[in-house]
Amino acid sequence: MKKWMQLLVLITSITSAGTLLASGGFGAGEGSSKNMPAVTNAKWKTECGSCHMVYHPGLLPERSWNKVMAGLDKHFGENASLDAATHDEIAKFLAANSADKQDNRRSNRINESIPASAALMRITETRYFTSKHDEVSANTFKRKSIGSESNCIACHKGAEKGDFSESQLRIPR
Amino acid sequence: MRKSFYLLGLVFSLNAFAATPQELLKQYEVQAKQENAAFAGFSAERGANFFKAERTHSDGKNVSCATCHTSDPRNQGKTRANKVIEPMATIANPQRFTDAAKVEKWFGRNCKDVLERTCTSQEKGDFIQYLISVK
Repeated sequence: MKKWMQLLVLITSITSAGTLLASGGFGAGEGSSKNMPAVTNAKWKTECGSCHMVYHPGLLPERSWNKVMAGLDKHFGENASLDAATHDEIAKFLAANSADKQDNRRSNRINESIPASAALMRITETRYFTSKHDEVSANTFKRKSIGSESNCIACHKGAEKGDFSESQLRIPR
Repeated sequence: MRKSFYLLGLVFSLNAFAATPQELLKQYEVQAKQENAAFAGFSAERGANFFKAERTHSDGKNVSCATCHTSDPRNQGKTRANKVIEPMATIANPQRFTDAAKVEKWFGRNCKDVLERTCTSQEKGDFIQYLISVK
């Protein structure tokens, strides 16, 4: 084999291995990708996003979103009522992209960490969340730059797009 | 062609949601007269008191409009979930009170959150009158 051909084969095999790794290949059986896909809906962004960061639908299973959407008149202590058309559009968007309708590692693990009998409404109460954040102290979450543990975007800047990868993590002072 | 563009623009500007604060005040005035035969106009001063008035919520906390919007409506406020609220005073935020549906949505939510009841048209009108009068 000529030298340039050897080089070509080498480059090709490295690239394809890289692609396989990046796509979470090797039959992990835990979803094809690690991160949630970036999904969006204009009403979800404006309505949910006027009071808090928008939580990616892949962070909770459909039964949890249904419960959240059924109780908007008392939404974590606040009235967040929507007109019927807006309510239905957002509910459908959340359900269609919920953790149990996704095939990515993070949504799968969140989903598995919630008992089938429970419909948790707080992502922060899932076992997945608590185990992932056990090194972060309560005082850190209380920092003015963070506010509370529900403000994901303070440390995970890609949170609204479903990107919680550790490489993107930065805890503000 | 050009004329039809202008016409189109006119049609859009006359849609049901786009409004000026004055137009909204007129709508609330009509309603206020229906609610109260003795209606005698809106007052910026009453609106200012309403904005700052603290009451004890049934959950035990003291709340007012100013809790989230701050006591100076020219400033940005903050929701309990740490999100910025753009200023309420039109001098600092000309977008305020230009969308009837949005205004009704937020009165609907926030009156129930702060006062635990709906607001009267008198209160809504006073509130807007105050926020467009802040210099």
